[in-house]
Amino acid sequence: MTTTLDVPKKEVAVEERDSVTIRLAGDSGDGMQLAGTQLTHTSALLGNDISTFPDFPAEIRAPAGTLAGVSGFQIHFSSSEIHTPGDCLNTLVVMNPAALKTNLKDLELGGILIVDKDSFGTSDLRKAGYKTNPLEDGSLSGYRLFQVPITSLNREAVAELKLSPREADRCKNFFALGLIYWLYERSLEPTLRYIKTKFSKNPSVLEANTRALKAGYNYGETTEAMVVHYRVGKAKLAPGTYRKITGNEAIALGLVAAAHATGLPLLYAGYPITPASDILHQLAEYKRFGIKTLQAEDEIAAIGAAIGASFGGVLGVTGTSGPGICLKSEAIGLAVMTELPLVIIDVQRGGPSTGLPTKTEQADLLQAMYGRNGECPVAVLAPATPGDCFAMTLEAVRLATQYMTPVFLLSDGYLANGAEPWAIPQVDQLPDLHIEHPKEHNAEVDGQPVFHPYKRDAKLARPWVAPGTPGLEHRIGGIEKQDVTGNISYEPANHEYMVRTRAQKIANIANDIPELQVNGPESGELLIVGWGGTHGSLLTATQRLQRKGYSVSHAQFRYLNPMPKNTGDVLKRFKKVLVCELNGGQLRLLLRGHYLVDALGYSKVQGKPFLVSEIEEKAEEILRS
Amino acid sequence: MTTKSLPLTPKDLASDQEVRWCPGCGDYSILAQMKKALASLDFPREKMVFISGIGCSSRFPYYMNTYGFHTIHGRAPTFATGLKMMRPDLQVWVITGDGDGLSIGGNHLLHAMRRNTDLKIVLFNNEIYGLTKGQYSPTSRIGTRSKSTPTGSIEGPLRPLSIAIASEATFVARTTDVDITHLVTVLQRAAHHKGSAFVEIYQNCVVFNDGVFEYATNKSVKNDNLCYLEHGRPLKFGKDRNKGIRLHGLTPEVVNLGSGISDDDLLIHDEKAEDPTLAFMLSRMVRVPGDEMSFPEVMGVLRAVDHPVHHELVQQQIDEQIKKRGPGDLQALLTGDETWTVT
Repeated sequence: MTTTLDVPKKEVAVEERDSVTIRLAGDSGDGMQLAGTQLTHTSALLGNDISTFPDFPAEIRAPAGTLAGVSGFQIHFSSSEIHTPGDCLNTLVVMNPAALKTNLKDLELGGILIVDKDSFGTSDLRKAGYKTNPLEDGSLSGYRLFQVPITSLNREAVAELKLSPREADRCKNFFALGLIYWLYERSLEPTLRYIKTKFSKNPSVLEANTRALKAGYNYGETTEAMVVHYRVGKAKLAPGTYRKITGNEAIALGLVAAAHATGLPLLYAGYPITPASDILHQLAEYKRFGIKTLQAEDEIAAIGAAIGASFGGVLGVTGTSGPGICLKSEAIGLAVMTELPLVIIDVQRGGPSTGLPTKTEQADLLQAMYGRNGECPVAVLAPATPGDCFAMTLEAVRLATQYMTPVFLLSDGYLANGAEPWAIPQVDQLPDLHIEHPKEHNAEVDGQPVFHPYKRDAKLARPWVAPGTPGLEHRIGGIEKQDVTGNISYEPANHEYMVRTRAQKIANIANDIPELQVNGPESGELLIVGWGGTHGSLLTATQRLQRKGYSVSHAQFRYLNPMPKNTGDVLKRFKKVLVCELNGGQLRLLLRGHYLVDALGYSKVQGKPFLVSEIEEKAEEILRS
Repeated sequence: MTTKSLPLTPKDLASDQEVRWCPGCGDYSILAQMKKALASLDFPREKMVFISGIGCSSRFPYYMNTYGFHTIHGRAPTFATGLKMMRPDLQVWVITGDGDGLSIGGNHLLHAMRRNTDLKIVLFNNEIYGLTKGQYSPTSRIGTRSKSTPTGSIEGPLRPLSIAIASEATFVARTTDVDITHLVTVLQRAAHHKGSAFVEIYQNCVVFNDGVFEYATNKSVKNDNLCYLEHGRPLKFGKDRNKGIRLHGLTPEVVNLGSGISDDDLLIHDEKAEDPTLAFMLSRMVRVPGDEMSFPEVMGVLRAVDHPVHHELVQQQIDEQIKKRGPGDLQALLTGDETWTVT
């Protein structure tokens, strides 16, 4: 081991902090995402509440050292309940000048800035567009700057292993992580366990990463420069057993749970697309649960296979992001017309077109609502947090199978990759979604038993008969159906009746979903409204405003089509309504259209989630006017 | 309800829907022969599924008293793929046309065959778009005059069988709408094949492309223009079966039998050959009108090989995982590897 272990311990002061926001930033090859994930994991196991925001470029390896190649991982951990990854950084770790340049603006004045001094050479500075060295020109004097020779110290730490410099440098993310672990009193154990499992087949890499992590920690412990470390206590979460979960993980688990709850096999068909691919990857690992996955030849094939599965009487699910939804729209229309259950997961990203593949946005709402030919209503749901993705996935399956309809699940890049603590559900408490396919005829014609595929139940859902059922052979398709019989019909009045019936069926779902919940007083000056993944920022901003004495409440839509039954009532109880969304004002348009409410809007379309302060400022501006 | 007792009659497979193709359309014959072929299978009709895309041929499922799904343009193989993966007990037929299957849906056709999905894909080739009232299609011959090519089409056609062989289909065959005995036999063979079966049917569009296959259907000339393939038999054709196909190096050539050339000199058809080269060569033979020594167009089964089937491989991986690691424990999955408890 490095000799630093033998050095007598220095005097260290410990300061308590309620919550801390840290960002690790470096080149996209520097392993910042892995280090961030480990920090998250360790903090969660320590009992902190956590919220994370990984932010990475679309290019796997943009030219090293350039601004375009900077990858960052932000984590907020706290001893109290938190809902966002934090607005402002308390600590920023940068592995090169490009990372400094793109991230410094988010660091609070007086915040801790740890830089890898070794990577501030002339060419590194030039690639990042620095004319002078910021470590020397006094421009960082507003921060607590720690210039740590991370690269060379790390190489030294692993020197005995005789790795190439390139291999040695691959561990420097763990050196930096070790230093953060010291600074914030985190245990090394969870990460050491991870290293042991992950690199069990590669002893030298295992050893190198172990040494790097420990060396970083020991550096913090021995260097005279750092004399304070920070303690963030356990959060007072509701009693229970927790794990860390991201939105994509929660969707994958939700689908496995849905297969269990319905008693039906499940096919997940997808085509690789950021940021949805992880759902496909994860489900492909769940073969032991009988889950089948298909990497289809394109987005259309993926939804086609999912609908084919649904037609077969099992759960058909497809997942993608906005561009994929464009390609799937014709098939969604077919599922609406043939009234088959289908779950469509849209992990939204910045658009239009290819847009910002790795960045978050909420601009697919109107596409999900209306992006098809003809009158083509579907149910639309939007989970509010990473953990909520699990519950809403089960909801999507429930509504799809009970109402015989496609259901959109609008997640986003922020939910997909962000993590939070998640109270682990018990299998015996999952909702009972058991499905029985009809086996008997449902009508008689001239005294003969017949099956009418479009004879509806009280909810207006048609029977879901699985092929293979004798006597119930029938044909469905995309041409307009005659009511009840399902035969092809071009009859004008029938078409209008069927259009209205399909719409009414979706509207009926409002009777079967929870009411819109108001966080704060049931009436007042201002209602802050959002949908889906912005929940944390809007709730936190509302709570801060309430503490300042403002008459403000918050409501987050998780059901967008249909909207909860009490929506109109809730909106009318507030003098002003502010709809905050990461798009140009799509929910606002819907609320104004449906409820004739003069809703104000606050839009952000930067590929980034809302900061709490942005909402707070906008709300205060309105409240003061 | 109870299953219709076997064996079925063709009538048992007729739905109550009025058939609405144009009078004289080749599709009527294909529908009739399909019912005959399926009735002979000793397989329950509730386990048969017909999936189609868009086009005249794609109305087919409505007329079969089986399960059926009339989907969207070109995408039928995708629905069929998902269905067969999840319901291997069903016999899944895909009905498509030259526009549906080879133009808008080309990609899906390729990949369904590449995966060796256990589908019976029947492509009705009439070399024209019928339902949209007469535009040229990806199989139309150069010079085809249609509404969208009033001065003649300038694009070379695709050869459906070549596409199927290049896409690794494990059963590839061709027949015509009016040769009813041959049609029934080919459909039966396709039904019995395990894996992706591709059948091209020359089908006459009586309204927009009437007579385009006259050379292959008119009894007085067809034997000069077609070569019926038989496994293990020499490639012979002609009204008097006096012509054959012989390999000259890597190139096939038409030869007149007699005058020193006998059956022994001819290429012997081997539908089971693992190497698809000869099958591909057969798929490329196109009749040249007016050429005395023109190649014939082949009819029958070009290729029929046994390869692992997609849905079985999917299930095999599941079974292997369960065998290796035990069946999935949902509670353990939800709980994950690392947890903490708040009291």
